[in-house]
Amino acid sequence: MRGLRVPRGLPFVLPYLPFLIVFGIAPTIYALDLAFTNATGGWAWFHNFVRTFDDYRFVPAFKHILLYTSVWLAMLVVIVVGLALLLHGRANRVSSTFRFIFYMPGALAGAASVLVWLFMLDPVVSPGRFLLQHVLGATLFAQSIAPGNLPFIFAMIAFWTGAGGWIVVMYGALNTIPHDLEEAARIDGASPIQIALRLKLPLIRKWIAYMVILSFATGTQLFVEPQLVNEASLGLVPDTWSPNQLAYQLAFRYADFNGAAAIAVDLLFIGLVGAFLIVTRTGLFRTDD
Amino acid sequence: MLRLPALTLRLAILSAFAVFFAVPVLWLILAPTKADSALVTASPLSFGSFHQLSLAWHHLDRFSDHIYRRWIYNSLYYALSATAITLAVSVPAGYGLAFGKFPGRRLLLSLTLVVMIIPAAALVLPIFLELNAMHLLGRSLSVILPFSFFPFGVYLAYIYYATALPPGLLDAARVDGCSEVQTFVRVALPLAKPVVALVFFFSFVADWNNFFLPLTVLADSNQYPIQVGLSDLLSSTPSFNPAQGGGGQTVDIFRPELALATLIAIVPVAIVFLVSQRALVRGLVGGAVKE
Repeated sequence: MRGLRVPRGLPFVLPYLPFLIVFGIAPTIYALDLAFTNATGGWAWFHNFVRTFDDYRFVPAFKHILLYTSVWLAMLVVIVVGLALLLHGRANRVSSTFRFIFYMPGALAGAASVLVWLFMLDPVVSPGRFLLQHVLGATLFAQSIAPGNLPFIFAMIAFWTGAGGWIVVMYGALNTIPHDLEEAARIDGASPIQIALRLKLPLIRKWIAYMVILSFATGTQLFVEPQLVNEASLGLVPDTWSPNQLAYQLAFRYADFNGAAAIAVDLLFIGLVGAFLIVTRTGLFRTDD
Repeated sequence: MLRLPALTLRLAILSAFAVFFAVPVLWLILAPTKADSALVTASPLSFGSFHQLSLAWHHLDRFSDHIYRRWIYNSLYYALSATAITLAVSVPAGYGLAFGKFPGRRLLLSLTLVVMIIPAAALVLPIFLELNAMHLLGRSLSVILPFSFFPFGVYLAYIYYATALPPGLLDAARVDGCSEVQTFVRVALPLAKPVVALVFFFSFVADWNNFFLPLTVLADSNQYPIQVGLSDLLSSTPSFNPAQGGGGQTVDIFRPELALATLIAIVPVAIVFLVSQRALVRGLVGGAVKE
């Protein structure tokens, strides 16, 4: 008696399927459905997209996150790669201590990191009050978080929590470079700087691409940082600073689920394009054996 | 001698960044030991007293009828339950995807990969809208179940099994008369320890730090995890909301209490970070030696 033959491996995947369908695929389809229909369920073509685009808060919100992600990505590429190369110069205990110090703030993600930086930006209590007063010219908390500063502040918070993890990744990638290659370059008379820029940098290119695309997609989703700063600023910073906040407000304040879905679809689209680029262009992920 | 200045410059740059990364953490550790007024007058990186620390805890704990404990408990409950489900689901799924032969395997893998790379926040509002339509908001499960869907864990398990487990080992078990389930339980599962640690780390940290999803699907502040609780606390303190200062505020939540609340909120993740850094490094080194 052999009974029914079950394809090999399928039973192990079955418990995962409901999760993938209910919390991955179905929400996406439902958001698309809402985005293309109106409140009574009738087909609305692109009306919700046009309507939300025309909202006076839509373009500023996207401008904010565009500036924020540009600053953040520039910091990531230059400083993360730079520090990883500096650390890779010599592998010893000093290097691992520095890596640990850089990595540590990663434990403070989300709301905790924002609270810490609210303190750091308050000239009254900040250990960096000298910098705040003399570089930013801020003597009051409200001056530190002036709207013009926000994209830079959020970029700095994101950098502070996330850079260490990426430095560890880049350092790991640098360690995969065969030692002979470096040795050969050194014998040929290349300086440490030349080795870093001409040999090591091109060899970790795909990791840098991965970091940039992933961070761009994540950056466009900004929510918790402006949300908390809004709470701490007495309305000086709008509660629709980022697109995700705008979508949230549409859903929760105006019960405009179709409009919220349209913005969610905009953001999902950016995420999907990023994911597509990472999978097809960096070659870091495999789906075949 | 050209080497010495270059070395000094390197150390100077690294140290400057070390200060940038470490000082906010140091400040946060020291702040709850000082009274609110001392935060303004004393040196920012000085230690106050243990008495002030216990006073700050007393105020924090008293806030809104011990709700702070409730938030920490909620966070532990949500993150640990979701991570347990994630592990139970993703380790077998990764195994099935690595060695299975069934139609749709490639499609499933590609879907997992795409959902894993798109930022989790992109799915929050769609999930909220879906749960709203199904009238499933405001329960513990409205947080735990979405948290339990963790495609990155499936992908990690898949990569681990595909690269570290020789198919010959599985064939040998089958020849010895093991069923498919026995093969998995006796051969593949005992080998899964490193990937279990990895999935635990990423899943727990992601769940603990998630702010957006619980904020949208929960309504009652007694159900909040600590991340959302912190934002509640922030809007109750006169330190950042002078409007809260009037009206005979008796909540006693000032900067030291807020700093202490933040500090305690990161302890579980900090522990996971410390433990995992060792395990992660050991795993990497171990893998390299085996090659």
